[in-house]
Amino acid sequence: MKYLHLVWAALMRRKTRTVLTILSVLAAFLLFGLLDGVRAAFNAGGTIAGVDRLVVASRFSIIQPLPESLIAQVQSVPGVRRVTWGNWFGGYYQEPKNQLIMFAVAANYFDIYDDYGVTASMRAAFDRSRTGVLVGATIARRFGLKVGDKFPVMGAIYPDKATGEASWQFDVAGIFETPSSKMRAHEQEILMHWKYLDEASAYGSGTVGWLIVQVADPAQSAVVAQRIDDLTKNSDHETKTQTEKAFNLSFAKQIGDIGLIVGAIIGAVFFTLLLLTGNTMAQAVRERIPELATLKTLGFTDRSVLGLVFFESVLLVVIGGVLGLALSSTLIPAVSAASGGMLELPPIGVRTWLIGFALMLAVGAIVGVLPALRAMRLRIVDALAGR
Amino acid sequence: MSALVEIRDVSKVYTRGRQSVEVLHGVSLDIQQGDFLALMGPSGSGKTTLLNLIGGLDSPTSGGISVAGQRIDTLRGAALARWRAVHVGFIFQFYNLLPMLTAQKNVEVPLLLTKLPAAERKRHAAIALQLVSLSDRAQHKPAELSGGQQQRVAIARAIISDPTLLVCDEPTGDLDRQSAEEVLNLLEVLNREHGKTIIMVTHDPKAAQHATHTLHLEKGTLVESAA
Ligand SMILES: Nc1ncnc2c1ncn2[C@@H]1O[C@H](COP(=O)(O)OP(=O)(O)OP(=O)(O)O)[C@@H](O)[C@H]1O
Ligand SMILES: [Mg+2]
Repeated sequence: MKYLHLVWAALMRRKTRTVLTILSVLAAFLLFGLLDGVRAAFNAGGTIAGVDRLVVASRFSIIQPLPESLIAQVQSVPGVRRVTWGNWFGGYYQEPKNQLIMFAVAANYFDIYDDYGVTASMRAAFDRSRTGVLVGATIARRFGLKVGDKFPVMGAIYPDKATGEASWQFDVAGIFETPSSKMRAHEQEILMHWKYLDEASAYGSGTVGWLIVQVADPAQSAVVAQRIDDLTKNSDHETKTQTEKAFNLSFAKQIGDIGLIVGAIIGAVFFTLLLLTGNTMAQAVRERIPELATLKTLGFTDRSVLGLVFFESVLLVVIGGVLGLALSSTLIPAVSAASGGMLELPPIGVRTWLIGFALMLAVGAIVGVLPALRAMRLRIVDALAGR
Repeated sequence: MSALVEIRDVSKVYTRGRQSVEVLHGVSLDIQQGDFLALMGPSGSGKTTLLNLIGGLDSPTSGGISVAGQRIDTLRGAALARWRAVHVGFIFQFYNLLPMLTAQKNVEVPLLLTKLPAAERKRHAAIALQLVSLSDRAQHKPAELSGGQQQRVAIARAIISDPTLLVCDEPTGDLDRQSAEEVLNLLEVLNREHGKTIIMVTHDPKAAQHATHTLHLEKGTLVESAA
């Protein structure tokens, strides 16, 4: 540690360069912290115990529908208080780039989802109209929709039986605003009648996308989930009962292997970081050749000079890395809040810090090894003579 | 009684690619404890080469060098580095201070290689700076000091671990007359009053006058001088 001031002096020799390098290390580790949070969020999905709403969907693929007959079966499972169901409805408004998040929901949907901000009068208006839709406030603002407006949608998957084409006519029955910010992401949704979809669509009638179960006692959720899944065991439509959070994540997981994506991004970022920091360290040693030679003259061994340069490189990366991870742990709550409950990033844990430290040491070592070897091999007489 | 530094038939050959140049041809030389030796000679005659061999910065191609009874021509790498740390103080033409450290910290650097605790290192450095009359500049960085002052800091650094030899390569080569005189007087004091053995390469006959002996090197061979 008594050499620390030597290493520090070396880093402070070119303050701007050191600060810029630390900033790029910081940015890389900030990203690492956030993305590792994303990865963890996608792998977590939350525990089932204590949750009062469960989603029942096909075990094999979330886009594979379940038979309508399952509804009654699930309703009779002990511990189940209420069952409702929904179906995904793909489509766009006016232009293909205006893709909609649209669900067809059962009549009793809002008995269970009392946190959507759908008022009694809104619900009454919705129930009165076969073609009615409830539109989230965000999406209504985006398309300038008002209650009573006609709302044509090009259906992506479900062609209309009657017209034989994919264009659907809806009427805006209500615009809802979620009372809690945690639910805010739902304001992106548009909800239509499942009954209308089921009657009108060309295929897939008599099926539902998923069931939502309200359990009588949240403490019993895990047991109830097991009972529900047992209903379809060994059938061709086995179910998986999970929390809403886990279900939402499985939607996102359809994009691809999140772990792989995250890994690829981090890999690219760190590769760039290696080149950048490596260049900094190479430069730092090159311009300090006479000083390193002086240290050797004074009796520092080749190995201790190697150690000094190596330590300098590791210190540089560790400073930036720790700052970056610390910053990401303060940003994570903000990111979660901004996602309106869609993405619940877990706080940066011991595991992430440990992986982070290992990464810092690895980057510092990889980047430091060549300059350190160069410093070690430096011949005093040549360096002193400027050769 | 044997000399402090014994150089026996030392040759140095530099090989660069396929070419090899013999820079020193069988140099033999004794330096007694307490000598202040000035080494003169034309540019390229091998003065720096010889000095580097005596200071253990390089090893001879053939021949033997012993200092205080210890063969150093056979030492290599870490062993040679440790020997330098204990036995040799170096003073260069361009001072070779570490630019980011204060005078005080520069003087302390050789002590980092000892077991001395921080407080002791500081105390020793303060004494050494006092000896070169720079106590008031202890917290200045090299860039804030004149050439003469920088060279005196370098001298403080060279003597801090009380080495057996002081080895100086054109210590006044970059200084004006007055600063040069200050530095030379300082070396003389170190030699006379503190009994330091000094070997100094110089081009300047005036500088050589401060020494107790002068030797001339020409084309890699020592030649007899009048002194
Ligand atoms: N590492 C080396 N490789 C090749 N040649 C070298 C090397 N070091 C010194 N020489 C050559 O050896 C000769 C003597 O060099 P040296 O530096 O000892 O001379 P010098 O007497 O100190 O000269 P000056 O007064 O100019 O400092 C020169 O011709 C020089 O080019
Ligand atoms: Mg020379």
